[in-house]
Amino acid sequence: MKERRFVRELVESKQRVVILSFVVGIAFLFLIIRLWHLQILSAEDYHAMSENNRLRFVPVAASRGAILDRSGKVLVSNRPSFSLAVIPQEVKDKEALLTLLSTLLGLDRTEMAERWEKSTGRAKYYPLVLASNISRDHVEMVEENRLHLPGIEIEMKPVREYTSSQLAAHLLGYIGEVSEKELDSEGFEDYNPGDYVGKNGIERALEKELHGSDGGRQLEVDARGRILRTISESSPTVGNSVILTIDAAMQKQAERAFADQAGAAVAMEVTTGEILAFVSNPGFDPALFSGKLPADVWQGYLDDKRHPLENKALSGQYPPGSTFKMITALAGLQENKINETTSINCYGSYDLGTSTFKCWNKKGHGATNLNKSLRESCDVFYYQLGEKLGVDKIAATAHAFKLGAPLGVELLNEKSGLIPTSEWKQRRFGKRWYHGETLPVSIGQGAVLLTPIQLVSMAATIANEGTIYRPHLVKRIVDADGKTLRETKNEIIGTASFPKESFRLVKLGMLAVVNEPGGTGAMARLYDVKVAGKTGSSQVVKLRDSKKSTPYQYRDHALFVAFAPFDKPEIAVAVVVEHGEHGGTAAAPIAGRILRAYFDGKKPPRKESSGSALEEDEDDGDTVENNAPAAVKEPRVNGDSAND
Amino acid sequence: MIDRRLLTNIDWVLAGLVVAICLLGILNIYSATTPYKIVGLAYYIKQFYWMLVGITISLAVCSLDYHILEDLSYWFYGFLILLLLAVLVFGRRSMGATRWLNIGFFNVQPSELMKIVIIVTFSRFFNNFQSVGGLTVKDVLIPLGLLALPAVLIVKQPDLGTATLVILIALSMTIYVGLRWTTIVTFACVTIPMAWIGWAFVFRPYQKNRVLDFLNPERSRLGSGYHIIQSKIAVGSGGLTGKGFVRGTQSQLRFLPEQHTDFAFSVFAEEWGFIGCLLLIAIYFMLVLWGLNIAHRCNDRFGGLLAVGVTAMIFWHTVINMGMVIGMFPVVGVPLPFFSYGGTSMITSMVGIGLLQNISMRRFMF
Repeated sequence: MKERRFVRELVESKQRVVILSFVVGIAFLFLIIRLWHLQILSAEDYHAMSENNRLRFVPVAASRGAILDRSGKVLVSNRPSFSLAVIPQEVKDKEALLTLLSTLLGLDRTEMAERWEKSTGRAKYYPLVLASNISRDHVEMVEENRLHLPGIEIEMKPVREYTSSQLAAHLLGYIGEVSEKELDSEGFEDYNPGDYVGKNGIERALEKELHGSDGGRQLEVDARGRILRTISESSPTVGNSVILTIDAAMQKQAERAFADQAGAAVAMEVTTGEILAFVSNPGFDPALFSGKLPADVWQGYLDDKRHPLENKALSGQYPPGSTFKMITALAGLQENKINETTSINCYGSYDLGTSTFKCWNKKGHGATNLNKSLRESCDVFYYQLGEKLGVDKIAATAHAFKLGAPLGVELLNEKSGLIPTSEWKQRRFGKRWYHGETLPVSIGQGAVLLTPIQLVSMAATIANEGTIYRPHLVKRIVDADGKTLRETKNEIIGTASFPKESFRLVKLGMLAVVNEPGGTGAMARLYDVKVAGKTGSSQVVKLRDSKKSTPYQYRDHALFVAFAPFDKPEIAVAVVVEHGEHGGTAAAPIAGRILRAYFDGKKPPRKESSGSALEEDEDDGDTVENNAPAAVKEPRVNGDSAND
Repeated sequence: MIDRRLLTNIDWVLAGLVVAICLLGILNIYSATTPYKIVGLAYYIKQFYWMLVGITISLAVCSLDYHILEDLSYWFYGFLILLLLAVLVFGRRSMGATRWLNIGFFNVQPSELMKIVIIVTFSRFFNNFQSVGGLTVKDVLIPLGLLALPAVLIVKQPDLGTATLVILIALSMTIYVGLRWTTIVTFACVTIPMAWIGWAFVFRPYQKNRVLDFLNPERSRLGSGYHIIQSKIAVGSGGLTGKGFVRGTQSQLRFLPEQHTDFAFSVFAEEWGFIGCLLLIAIYFMLVLWGLNIAHRCNDRFGGLLAVGVTAMIFWHTVINMGMVIGMFPVVGVPLPFFSYGGTSMITSMVGIGLLQNISMRRFMF
């Protein structure tokens, strides 16, 4: 009877079962829609995430290419550096391991512990460096105790080694960890944080050749980051090596010749544009820059008044002073304002309007023709010539020599120098050019600025009578097996078209500077090779009459440009000695030593040769003078001393 | 003993669907546990044994006429409440919660048995209850009390998942009996403020975290939200056809949590893809519909209530587990019936299936 009483309830409930079935159907439909969304619509995204979960890429750094001099002498290479690394996931007792390492190897326990602490958050399968640059003894000790040191690994990584210490530091440059800014910029797509990259000099300019390409291992890891297997592996490709046009022996002599003076020197082959020596003094130790640079060393570099970190040969811009007189002379000959016999009278100064322009020689040079004007560096001759030419004619000649713009050497940040014109002044200062301003320009003062590379290019162009080669530092690129990949071709970037006769007259003047009585560049003279050159001193500030104790930074720069041999020029040299005061005494001897080194290098080695004294060089500062005939040593050698 | 006529009435559809899910589950457990270090019997073998034990219990349950339960129901209820109290006092702690009770040779989880007992108790209560036109607010006060006592004890363990299921089962049965609109509105007005109070004072921090993680999985990618994300990656990366048996990277490399128990479906979805999931969901859907069909065919109110209760238990387990694996619900420890590894879940579910079988076989007897 009980059942019958609830018949209506049973009927109502049975109707509700049908509704419940629909509810169930809708619930399962939601599950299916959600699965459709995950497994069909977003399948690709989730698949990528699952791959990302299980795959890890561990890069293997490529060994950087070497840098060699023109004869194949290694300047920069790599040496193995060992570091002590730990794979955290394989270590059970961290404290015991650290204690063992510090007692066994004498390494600083707290430093290692700190490095370990800092690594939290990194993948546990990734080797973590506890101590870098450990000695070979330590490496052996670790290898012997392998069993007691679970999870410890010795990592070998190549580091830069500068075989000749600080030789050509500015030219070679240094490497450092790639910066965030670099990582964001174009061309660095393949770089990872922590990679090393050329920061300066050849290391930077030829980064793409030297770097090589990193290899790597694709690993499969589980949820705890343990390596299960290597899926694929690509071995790194060693970077290409760069063979420079530099001659290491010459470079060494050139750097020594500077002693502790600040300045730059560039020596270049006249017929190719190959740079044989490239000096910026003082240098620095590039090896220090690839690691952590000690703060005191860094501060020392910053405090040095001679600015060791500045690449003076590339970026230093100096008023060329009297070395610019060849340009003014060629302009004068071109415009028929002077000829071989044109003579003026120098009274020690020249008046234009109300201004007086002084010759360095207050007594005056008397009757002066072109040859004498170069030999004795008479300023009045050029004041008068400049006045007749006007600034734009002088600038046109300078531009014909490709001065006032970068010449296209491989390094970055080559400066352009400055050749003033009336149009330049209008543009720069909004003022017209005053006639009186031309006079300092004609003796390489005023606004004129040239880099040492431009100075040497100018000398080379005069030497080969008009052909301008692109100065270059890279001879060729070779791969790891020594096979030549690319060879730099000598490139003519322009021609300074002037009559042969004009070049002959200017060159004869330069020959006289070095070789004739009264010449200002006698200290560059060689006993066996005819050298032609030109001295220059350029004012840093106007302190004409207080010469006696001028502070270092206000002293004049000393310059010298030269080429040799006179009859068939092979090499051109430009030397700038910052605050060296007199081109004839400070710069010319350095040029002489560089030329000496060049011609000695060409000779078959003869032990007893007086020239090879350079190789023994206890006090080879005197060698140039010793080689010069005694008769040259006359009082006028220092005649350039008061030149502007 | 067993009436011979009954054997001819065995519900083969019900048995077939359950065994199909069990076998797919064993296959999946084989794959899910390959990366594990196994000590002793392999999980899939153990699960096979649990299936046999479950079927035996199921047969035992259907051999007795289910009407006996009507008399025993309140005794069961009282006994279970005592057990739940005992768990709180003597229980074995595991993973921050006390759920197990050691009775000498055997560990039991009384909260798991409560799912069955609440079905029986509610069936008994509503069987003799006048409810034409739906239950009034006053009508539901007694069942509410019957539900609240065990639910609070289970929440205290704390086992939010099981408590939720017990409540959902009871709620489903109440809906089957029928509620008046006034009752529904009144309860909405009471429960919503209660939920707020519960959130503020009753929930443990880890429970709150689970809910928050569910609402925003990116909240802590390597913290508790990690499970949801890794599971979604596994399911999504399966695509249309799956990565293949024992070839799911998420499961084989152990990115999934609890991948042989609560997240077993995640492993299945990764390896068999959308097509495999459709098949499995279809089987569960048929099982639930068949359960409701048994309730529909049963002309006895007590049998109908029991059938709906058991079906609700299977349905909610399935939906909550799958929904959790694919990121639709928060992570609560709810296994997928017959599919996830585990003896307790298998036995509870099989007892339920035994009841369904029992009702199905005896439908012609009234």
